[in-house]
Amino acid sequence: MSADLSAHGASITLKGLTKRYGDATAVDAIDLEARPGEFLTLLGPSGSGKTTTLNMIAGFVDVTEGELLIDDKPVHSLPPYKRNIGMVFQHYALFPHMSVADNVAYPLHQRKVAKAERQRLVAEALKTVGLAHLGHRRPAQLSGGQQQRVALARAMVYSPRVLLMDEPLGALDKKLRDTLQLEIKRIHAELGTTFVYVTHDQDEALVLSDRIAVFNDGRIEQIGTATDLYERPSTVFVAQFLGESSLFHGEAISSGGGYGVHSPGGTLRAQRGNASSGEPAALVVRPERIRLVPTDGAEPTADNAVRGRVRQEIYLGNSRKLAIDLPDGSQVLVRESAGDISASRPGDDVWLTFRAEHAAVLSTGPSTTAPTTNLGVH
Amino acid sequence: MTKISVRVWRLVLAAFCALVALWLVAPSLIVIPLSLTDKPSFAFPPTGWSTRWYGNFFDDPSWTGALLSSVKVGLLVALVATAAGTATAVALTRSKFRGQQAVRGLVLAPMIVPVIVVAVGLYALFLKAQLLGTTFGFVVAHSVLALPFVVIPVTASLQGFDRRLENAAAICGANRWSTFRQVTLPLVAPGVVSGALFAFVTSFDEVVMALFIQSPYLQTLPVKMYSSVTRDTDPTIAAAATLILAFTTVATLTATVYIARRNRVR
Amino acid sequence: MAVIDALTQSTRPGVGAGRAAPSERWGRLALLAPSIILLIGVFVVPLAIMLVRTFTDPHPGLENLTWYLGDATQRRVLVRTFTTAAKVTAVCLLLGYPYAYAMVAAGPKLRAVLTLLVLVPFWTSLMVRTFAWVILLQDNGPIQRALAGIGLDNLHLIRSNVGVIIGMSQILLPFLVMPLYAVMSTIDRRLVLASSSLGARPITSFFRVWLPLSLPGIGAGSLMVFISSLGFYVTPALLGSPSDALVSQQIYTQVSGLLQWGRAGAMGLVLLVATFAILAVLMLSIRRAARRQTRQAEDATS
Repeated sequence: MSADLSAHGASITLKGLTKRYGDATAVDAIDLEARPGEFLTLLGPSGSGKTTTLNMIAGFVDVTEGELLIDDKPVHSLPPYKRNIGMVFQHYALFPHMSVADNVAYPLHQRKVAKAERQRLVAEALKTVGLAHLGHRRPAQLSGGQQQRVALARAMVYSPRVLLMDEPLGALDKKLRDTLQLEIKRIHAELGTTFVYVTHDQDEALVLSDRIAVFNDGRIEQIGTATDLYERPSTVFVAQFLGESSLFHGEAISSGGGYGVHSPGGTLRAQRGNASSGEPAALVVRPERIRLVPTDGAEPTADNAVRGRVRQEIYLGNSRKLAIDLPDGSQVLVRESAGDISASRPGDDVWLTFRAEHAAVLSTGPSTTAPTTNLGVH
Repeated sequence: MTKISVRVWRLVLAAFCALVALWLVAPSLIVIPLSLTDKPSFAFPPTGWSTRWYGNFFDDPSWTGALLSSVKVGLLVALVATAAGTATAVALTRSKFRGQQAVRGLVLAPMIVPVIVVAVGLYALFLKAQLLGTTFGFVVAHSVLALPFVVIPVTASLQGFDRRLENAAAICGANRWSTFRQVTLPLVAPGVVSGALFAFVTSFDEVVMALFIQSPYLQTLPVKMYSSVTRDTDPTIAAAATLILAFTTVATLTATVYIARRNRVR
Repeated sequence: MAVIDALTQSTRPGVGAGRAAPSERWGRLALLAPSIILLIGVFVVPLAIMLVRTFTDPHPGLENLTWYLGDATQRRVLVRTFTTAAKVTAVCLLLGYPYAYAMVAAGPKLRAVLTLLVLVPFWTSLMVRTFAWVILLQDNGPIQRALAGIGLDNLHLIRSNVGVIIGMSQILLPFLVMPLYAVMSTIDRRLVLASSSLGARPITSFFRVWLPLSLPGIGAGSLMVFISSLGFYVTPALLGSPSDALVSQQIYTQVSGLLQWGRAGAMGLVLLVATFAILAVLMLSIRRAARRQTRQAEDATS
């Protein structure tokens, strides 16, 4: 498990990949490419098609339409056991009647690896996941975190060029999740294998991934690095699913190379956008980019300024979150970090100000209803 | 109600259950002393003791022959019914298909339909097909009766089986047959083993069908006992009954302990 | 017992139903083929033969059925068969219900013993147990002498309906205890506590809470016992008398003694129809009770 690591991972290409169950479309003609050695995360709410996509790559679910290539070779007609893929399952899926070592040795058995070599590889894999001393135990005698490490060892022991992970940390508690995230990241760096990782947890996706594909309703909303998605979301869904966003709804306008919305609180401007003029749209800005200015002075000089009233405050230790009522009845969030807290209190009237470069005007489409904002702590 | 009356109720319940347990277990046990009587009668309790009825049993080829036939048929039934029943249970739990309920009902029907009705029809059929008194005839007849006793426990353990393990095996590189042999089968083994045991006991114990499809050349032990009870008062039958009792008790206890162990390991 | 679950399992809408791949259909057929061939050859065909003979032997027509249902003696046998089955079921319920309750209420060790005490006789040879009853109930046998000792002289136990009921209910008791235990063990015993904490006396709690909740088990267990009793042959043949014969004995006599295949067929048909009619009625009521319970549970949690 050394040698030339960067050349180890395979590429995975999905072209117009579709899965239909009867009339229901679970995955709707998605295009996606995982580059060799990349850590690609499929992120989305449950039912968004990310797990079905993963199961199609693994071969557990038949492809209805489209192409599925690994290293540019079509694999959709190969059964799972001929694809040479590694996989870690949400509920570990360890064989309860085999010892830990036998579990890890199982894929090597199937590949008819000689005994001495097998033992060496098993020992090495168990060492990598930090369980060298537990090979003789049964899975039932291990903790959840240990079981998932065994599953990881079993998935990587035969050095597959692709490793799939289906919410591998979903059944574990927060603290263990954090530790294992770091370990998965380390192992990915060591192996150079292409990882495809499914999760509904945005924080996990941000920590682990080289790139993230955000799934919604069977389609991919946006693919990009964590920074791309966070700083430059291209849809309202991405803006809201990844981190928090404050939305100002209105009608899109285009003005002198920039973007803007006519909203009840006035005309707001943004540097970026994808909504065409006249369309229903939302100006999206991250809550930490908004500053509050008291209303007793003159109107502040900023790219954008909107009147509002503080309704509620939540103290979060390193920051505080404020819910602001806008004149049109909608609500937005503002986050102030510990060193930079304004004097505004619930009940105060305030100016919300932010710069055009931090905002984007995104189409909400004719039918999209405005999602409600809440103060949920993520 | 007061505390005392609750305690009285408990005592009454305990005494009642002890009596029921006695009524369940004790009657069968009287065949043991009877098998050791020294008189050629069913008089009970015996007044003197001897082991000659056991000697009689093992010296009389009609008894030993019946025992051998029963064991042979029982083993073959265990084999046939377990194989067929396991396959059926797999098909019934693993897929949804039209007519599934009908197949399930058909497989379980032999438990419900009075055996005597089937036995009479089977007699007519075997008479024509010249299968009366053949091992083949006995094996297929008893296998049908044993089928539900295999399908039920195997279905239960298949339903308790985590199918994701099969996906895990497949992704590890195991083809369907290897997956079944190395992962599925070992994990549903308790169900299959108890099914096989139930199948054996069902056949070994079966009287009604056997009464109709027997011939002078092939008679099973329960049939031999049945005709012996109706014809004469020969305590050899008590010796036979004691042997069966010992055998089934050991088999049941072994199976129960085996299943309990398996469950604990997991 | 699991069979009850299997029997009462409702048809669930297929998950991902739809057309299976041809290979899957062939695989399924191959898995089902051995059982289906066995069942058709050794179960369905014999039943069909009996059905055909009912209407053709010795002459085509309904004569066998009209004879069977018109003959006063035969009607008495039929009635006796049903009343015997009902009595056996009643005895089993009387003995089995408290026993199953004790199994649920007992600690794990005692429960294991109680379970074993039901299971061992369950797997003990039917022939052995019937033979044991022949010995116990025989004239001048231990039970008769014991009864004579307390002043009950000359009671004929063997070759009487009483003997048949005693033997059959002992043999069939496990069929009632197992499903009853299975249902009772799923009842939340806190419900009874809750009821008593609301001021209900133990007796009231039992009739208002425990009994209704265990009803599906009573239904399933009684069903098994009743249906098994209807078709029982060996025990009535050895413990009963020809003058007290049950339908199963009559079928045997018609075929092996009188070679009246058509008449035996008619008896078999009536027995079969009765069995399935009872099965259908009880299964429906079990399902309805189960549905009512889930509804109540949902109401309680919502």
